This record gives sequence, C-alpha cells and structure tokens, in this order.
Amino acid sequence: MTAAVELRNVWKTYGSGPSEVEALRAIDLSVDGGKLVAVMGPSGSGKSTLLTIAGTLEEPTSGEVLVDGSPLSGLSRNDRARLRRRSIGYVFQDFNLLPGLTAAENVGLPLELDGVGLKTARKQAMAVLDELGLADRAGSYPDDLSGGERQRVAIARAIVGDRRLLLADEPTGALDSVNGEAVMRLLRTATKRGVGAVLVTHDAQLAAWADTIVFLRDGRIVDKTATPPGPESLLIPGVNR
Amino acid sequence: MSVRHALLALLSEGPKYGLRLRQEFESRTGEVWPLNVGQVYLTLQRLERDQLIESDGEESDGPQKRFRITAAGAEELAAWLRTPPDMTTPPRDELVMKVLVAMRVPGVDVAELLQVHRKHIVELMQRYTNIKAEASVGDVSLALVADAELFRLEGVVRWLDAADARLRQLPDSGAAENGAAAPPLRRLSRVEAWK
Repeated sequence: MTAAVELRNVWKTYGSGPSEVEALRAIDLSVDGGKLVAVMGPSGSGKSTLLTIAGTLEEPTSGEVLVDGSPLSGLSRNDRARLRRRSIGYVFQDFNLLPGLTAAENVGLPLELDGVGLKTARKQAMAVLDELGLADRAGSYPDDLSGGERQRVAIARAIVGDRRLLLADEPTGALDSVNGEAVMRLLRTATKRGVGAVLVTHDAQLAAWADTIVFLRDGRIVDKTATPPGPESLLIPGVNR
Repeated sequence: MSVRHALLALLSEGPKYGLRLRQEFESRTGEVWPLNVGQVYLTLQRLERDQLIESDGEESDGPQKRFRITAAGAEELAAWLRTPPDMTTPPRDELVMKVLVAMRVPGVDVAELLQVHRKHIVELMQRYTNIKAEASVGDVSLALVADAELFRLEGVVRWLDAADARLRQLPDSGAAENGAAAPPLRRLSRVEAWK
C-alpha cells in the first residue's frame, strides 16, 4: 500500500552559523491512507515545521518527502503546486472559510481553483458535506455557522475530491470540549474514507483520537504509541487498576 | 464509586429485583466499573439492615428478591448527592513521588522517564477515546465515565509536560549534584507531610 505521505530522513535547518537552528532532525514518518497520526510535542519542538514540510509548503534541507508515492524532489514547481492543490487538504485553527461564500461554495472552491467545472465542483462538495452529516448546512454562510460547524465545513473542504492527505494544525483551537470532540469525530470519519491524516497538537485529549501518536522533542521523533488494544481491555476487572 | 448510593439511586426509580439492579448498575456506569455479583447482594443486605431499603420479605436472598427504597434511604441519597467529595487533601500521588525520587537518583534521565509515563498515559487515553468513539450517540453514561477518565489522565499528561518544561529550565538540566539537589529533598518532605 502506498503511504499518503512519507518523510524519509528529513532535516530542516533555519539560519546559518551561530544562529543556526535545527528545527527537524532525521524525521522518518509514514502515514497510510485511512490512518490518523497525531504529532505531539511542546512549543518549539518542530510540530508545525513537520506539518508544513509534509504539506509541501516548505522544502526540507535534506531528506525526501513522498506524497501518495511521488517523491517531491522529482517534481517541477508547477507539478508540486498541482499535487498540493489536488491531493492535500489543510485544516487550521482559524477555519479560513471565505465569508461571502456558502458552506457548499467554500467546500467546492479548491476544485474550482483547480479547473473543475462549477457543476461538478458543487456536486462533489454536496457529496462530501452529505457524507459528513453537514448537508443541512450547505446553503449557510460562515457567519451563520457556529465555530464547531465552521471547522467541520473546513474539514469537508480539506477532503473534497480525490484528496489523499489531510493536515491539521491544532484544529479545535478555540472550541469547547464538546465541539472539539465533534471535530475530532469528523476528522476520524474523514480518515476512514481512505485519506491519510496528520494532526499536530499539544492537547493529549485530541491526540488520543489518533491511531498512532508520535512524540516530537527538539525536532526529533523520540517515541510513538503502540497500536492500542480494543476498548474491551478496559472492561476486564483488575487489568488497569 | 459508592455502590451503596448507586443502588439507592436505581431504587429511587421504583422497586426492582436484585438481578435487574446488577444489570442496570453495569449499564449506567458504562460497564467501565465492573462489579461482581457478590458485591451487589452484600451491599443490598447492608442497605436493608440499615433500613435504607426494604424487601418483599421471606424469599431467599439473591436475584429473585425485590427491593424498594425507604424514606430514610431517599433522604440518605439526597444528602449524599450534595455532599462534596473530599478533594481538599492532596492524594499521595505515586507518579509525583517517582519523578521527585528520580531527580535524586544519579544516572536517571528524568526527561526520558517522563516520556515513559507520558506514553503510557496517552495510550490509555486512546483506549478511553475508542470507547467513546464506538459507543452509540445516546449512551451518555458511557461518555461521561470516559470523559471523567480522560480529563483526569489529561491532567496527568499536563503535569508531566509542566515538569518537563521546569526541568529544562534548570541551569544544569541533568541530575543536579550535591547542593543543587537539596530543594527536591525539601519538597519531598513537604509532600510526605500532606498525608
């Protein structure tokens, strides 16, 4: 199976000489389609840098990034931009929905920007909104949606069409825990469609929704969780207490 | 968890048989706190002895016996609901102890130790989250129980993160030697005094 994204021995250095900062060191990370991987670490550990490099928004100083099996180093600038538009969806803390467009128009926008016809774009937008249980919000403008709903629409936009990789940076930032949970549930549902997702967070409750949690410290992956046993293991008396 | 008061709460809805009480107790607490059969019947016996519940009478103890709450039982339940649980005395926290001790043991990488515990707790949180994720939307009890565990565990992770950050700010982030090790010792004795 081809990984949605793979980082091979990725290093990222900013500055030079005495002010040189190694933001990422020897990162090896592979995220399969259908899997949600959370990256946890303190501020300054390199989480956001990892995400921007996985999202092709920045280039590594050394190492290789493969999106859906394609090594980025072999692509021209244009091809890379096209890959970014077609294969990768981003979810940020502040939603970034355009206020003058309805939910459905916002969701269809990345497709339109990529040259897909208006009708097809709208149809695909409706399909994904429907799949994520947001069909009744399709005609609403962002101002009429709650914070939680806006973020769910942003997730729909991030996976519309044939996107293979979803990248989320603290996606539940300002939401309360119940709305935050709804967003995480949706992220999980979105992932189950076959998209590979990387979630960057310092919040253990959010990270706990992931299939695997990777711990970052000083730009290095220092640890990762094992595949969690099923929930039934918590129901056996004496196992955990 | 007070089994005693949970049983009183179930009986406040109306008379019930022992077997049904056990089943309802398990489903209401989200099956996360398993209970053995003996515990339920023993508790029922004591509640009856204390006249907080009464039974239909002569039939033998066990699943076939039917119980109802008494006026005294209802009062006891109402009082218990409003009594704040004891949160004033800090519990003796094993993890805090381990970290404080680790700071004094030569050769222990405290940051690495913190990560060992962080990983373990986050894995546990994944399991509780999976319970929530797989539960039906209407199962509020289960979600509440899982939430309670998740918030508690999250608190522990945050404490580990804070400990990590504090230790990094120390001038010499390794295990301090001689004089520098004194503060942890003082803190340790203060924790001991909490008991």
